[in-house]
Amino acid sequence: MNTPSLGISLEPRSRVEQGLSARVLRFLHLDGWLLAGIGGVLLISMLALYSAEGQRLDELFDQVARMLVAFGAMLVMAQITPSWLRRGSALIYALGLVLLTLVLVTGDIGKGAQRWLDLGIRFQPSEIMKLGVPMTMCWLLHERPLPPSFGILLLVALVIFLPVGMIAIQPDLGTAILIVLSGAVVIFLAGLGWRYIIGIAALAGAAMPALWLVMHDYQRKRVLTLLDPQSDPLGAGYHIIQSKIAIGSGGVFGKGWLNGTQGQLEFLPERHTDFIFAVIGEEFGLLGALALLLLYLLIVGRGLYIAAAAPDTFSRLLAGSLSITFFFYVFVNTAMVMGMIPVVGVPLPLVSAGGTSMVTLMAGFGILMSIQTHRKLVAR
Amino acid sequence: MARTLRIKDHWREQHLFASRLLVSIVIVLGLTGIVVGRLVQLQVGQYEYFSAQSSGNRIRVQPVPPIRGLILDRNGKVLAENTPSYQLEMTREQVPDMADTLRRLVTSGIVQEGDLPELKELIASRRSFDTVVVAERLTDEELAAFAVQRPHFPGLEIRARLGRSYPYGTAAAHVLGYVGGISADDKKILDPTEYAGTTHVGKISVERSFEGDLHGTSGHEDVVVNVHGRKMQVLDRVRSLPGRDIILTIDINAQLAADTALQGRRGAAVAIDPRNGEVLAFVSTPAFDPNAISAGLSRRAYLALQEDIDRPMFNRALRGQYPPGSTIKPMVALAALHYGVVTPERRVGCRGAYSLPGSSHRYRDWKPEGHGAVDLYTALEQSCDVYFYTVARDLGIERMGSFLTTFGLGDLTGLDIGGEQKGLVPSPAWKKKAFRRPADQVWFPGETVIAGIGQGYLLVTPLQLAHATATVAARGQRFQPTLLKGSRDPATGTIEYEAPKPLPPVPEQEAAHWDAIVEGMHGVMQGARGTARAVGLNAPFQMAGKSGTAQVFSVGQNEKYNAKDVEERRRDHALFVAFAPLEAPRIAVAVVIENGESGSKAAAPIARAVMEAYLQGATPTPGTVVPAS
Repeated sequence: MNTPSLGISLEPRSRVEQGLSARVLRFLHLDGWLLAGIGGVLLISMLALYSAEGQRLDELFDQVARMLVAFGAMLVMAQITPSWLRRGSALIYALGLVLLTLVLVTGDIGKGAQRWLDLGIRFQPSEIMKLGVPMTMCWLLHERPLPPSFGILLLVALVIFLPVGMIAIQPDLGTAILIVLSGAVVIFLAGLGWRYIIGIAALAGAAMPALWLVMHDYQRKRVLTLLDPQSDPLGAGYHIIQSKIAIGSGGVFGKGWLNGTQGQLEFLPERHTDFIFAVIGEEFGLLGALALLLLYLLIVGRGLYIAAAAPDTFSRLLAGSLSITFFFYVFVNTAMVMGMIPVVGVPLPLVSAGGTSMVTLMAGFGILMSIQTHRKLVAR
Repeated sequence: MARTLRIKDHWREQHLFASRLLVSIVIVLGLTGIVVGRLVQLQVGQYEYFSAQSSGNRIRVQPVPPIRGLILDRNGKVLAENTPSYQLEMTREQVPDMADTLRRLVTSGIVQEGDLPELKELIASRRSFDTVVVAERLTDEELAAFAVQRPHFPGLEIRARLGRSYPYGTAAAHVLGYVGGISADDKKILDPTEYAGTTHVGKISVERSFEGDLHGTSGHEDVVVNVHGRKMQVLDRVRSLPGRDIILTIDINAQLAADTALQGRRGAAVAIDPRNGEVLAFVSTPAFDPNAISAGLSRRAYLALQEDIDRPMFNRALRGQYPPGSTIKPMVALAALHYGVVTPERRVGCRGAYSLPGSSHRYRDWKPEGHGAVDLYTALEQSCDVYFYTVARDLGIERMGSFLTTFGLGDLTGLDIGGEQKGLVPSPAWKKKAFRRPADQVWFPGETVIAGIGQGYLLVTPLQLAHATATVAARGQRFQPTLLKGSRDPATGTIEYEAPKPLPPVPEQEAAHWDAIVEGMHGVMQGARGTARAVGLNAPFQMAGKSGTAQVFSVGQNEKYNAKDVEERRRDHALFVAFAPLEAPRIAVAVVIENGESGSKAAAPIARAVMEAYLQGATPTPGTVVPAS
């Protein structure tokens, strides 16, 4: 083994201890810890969605079907070896760029923004880029010495901002920011010098006023609303006010499953999508919310463990960036629902209703599992 | 791809990655800490606050208005009640095909074609689960027609709403008043929680004065609503308590007799039980229709009522102020007896006119040839003016005025419904205050003279006149006039009766003096030459009365009064006061007819009709009583 530096034994448990289930997991290239965390989160998702969607089983079954599709995507990704993934990165990225161009030319308009593409099934090409951008970056950084040189930095910056620009003008600010974030995570993990980091942070701070100028009115309103929700209690501030009421009134133990008045009586808007965390906070209380956060931490922690144990630069960077980006999704959504950051339209990963983002996320977990389960083959 | 200049140092890169991973873990845990901290802040720190907010969101308190109490007459006849009126209501979300439903409503005649656009707009403006009134006050035919077709109209419902109704219509309008929508002014004095669900409130008269009893106690329902306001669940229900039933002293027979007799006239009639002050009849004509007003008048209809030259909204019995004319004479006579100015036997010569010493001004008697030598009985029986000119001058205005006020004249009687006028008993002190020019402030002897026959500044309301007459009938015993006999608990049926409220009596103890004026008043109606003997003829009981005619404008010194030349509205007011039965009076009546010309001809029959209706319990039939003037 050439990765002892973390002081953790990366050797799987002795084969003698492995039972049947462990052998099935190995055969399918799945990771038990990740599966356990994901399963727990999906279980909470089903409970919360059934409550939030007015206890309609058909809506729940739709979501379960999407979960199965996403599980399929994970299964497929888990079978592809990291080296093949690395080689396919540029292809995925290119496909994403083409589809994004198509969206800008012909895309459907949903909720005032042009994000959807209808190719038999409706999906958002920006989702592909959530994987495509970090994969391509990791591929570019794979063979180069780290920390990356300035020239490489310029190259990866182009990789990030070409699709991000296209997504931002749809406009889908939330996804654009998340992709920038995932790219930033890759560069950070690649060992970007602290001087650069501080410089970029300062630059980003200085760019804020400029960003303000190019923002759409509704985006500006969201920022202003965050600062003072009561300024427009029935308009833009309504979401934040109602979701804070829902979470706060849940208390430590919650109002009980299906008993959340804010959700059941429809005071809480977007309760099955972006604001599902408020339903969980209301019905399951602080304990339920903490349980969910623990499951998330389990997933993220396992992902970081996989990254630490990964044998090559591409796998390491990708596993680390996918895990940390996943955590950022969780953070951005929960912080948004609790009124700490502006409403940016980021769903709670694995829990909010909706298919596209879940397929992407699960495909990402498939990659993590592939990295973990193909490790020894590479290592030997 | 360009070759890198540097060589990859795997060990160093792994070390770098590991350190970055550690930083990442710190960041992840830090951000998680922030999220958990916020959760604790919201769910533990601010739990009470958000819990209250959440309840406020979902729980609405809906008031349940009480049922208004009834108003009954002294014999239990219903004067004001709550009757259901039927209306057709639609709930949009339950109507499968709105266009088709509306079209069929038009073809079945329930909705007018012309009202359709407005109705559509109304339906669209409401929430889908709100009920919209499609048609109001359905007739029995419409009700039956719809009932048959009801299965074909899902989402439409007949609903009964309680409205105030007054079975006797205009006949008791001025005494009962009416109810109307709660106005901004009403809101200032009403308890907002008690009236949260109430739509109507008493506006005038009994409906207003006894509002506190009639209204009842509001109940409420605590309901859970969703974000659209739809009622999801009832948490708590507190029933409303119906208002108390008000039992009036009014006798509806007497009331109807007075109202029927006054039809087509502008006037008032008030009847009072002399034994306790109970108001038996209280009529002012013309009157308004309280049913129409309570149901809601159009602006045009309301303006028409306000601008009517006959002033149907004006409560003449309560607020009309008239010179009492000769109806004051029994009281003036009593004052004269009280102060020893005359004796019943003393005669005064009447030659058709009276002049003050040293003045050529002639105060005329209504009978130009004069009454000859008249004693007190004849003076009252024939209403000799010269007798009372003489007596008044001998009494003087101070003594006469102060004695009249002991009958309650010139002051509020204190009837339970507000808005009374005081009338006026003049005095030199009053005149000094009332007039600005010094020349006008002087009290002239002639003003005393005409006050003796109830002219000049003297003003009374029909209510005051009835009260004074009741006081004469009770020989000085006075009771505050009241409309409230008692109130009934609607649940138990127990009645609480009101006790009569005695007032300071008239300070005249001498029975012979009272006998003298009562005799004279008896003579008016049933004496050989009484001014109202035509009315007193063949009465089943003995009665006493006094006619009065009040000048609306003064006739010139040498002109002859000619009614035909005078425009109708400038004719004299006709007045009459009476009480019966003579030996033990149970009813005293005052009647005023504006421009009725002759008290004995126009007003006296009405007084008799009221007394007869009350004493005999006779139900009057329209058109039998009043001879047109």
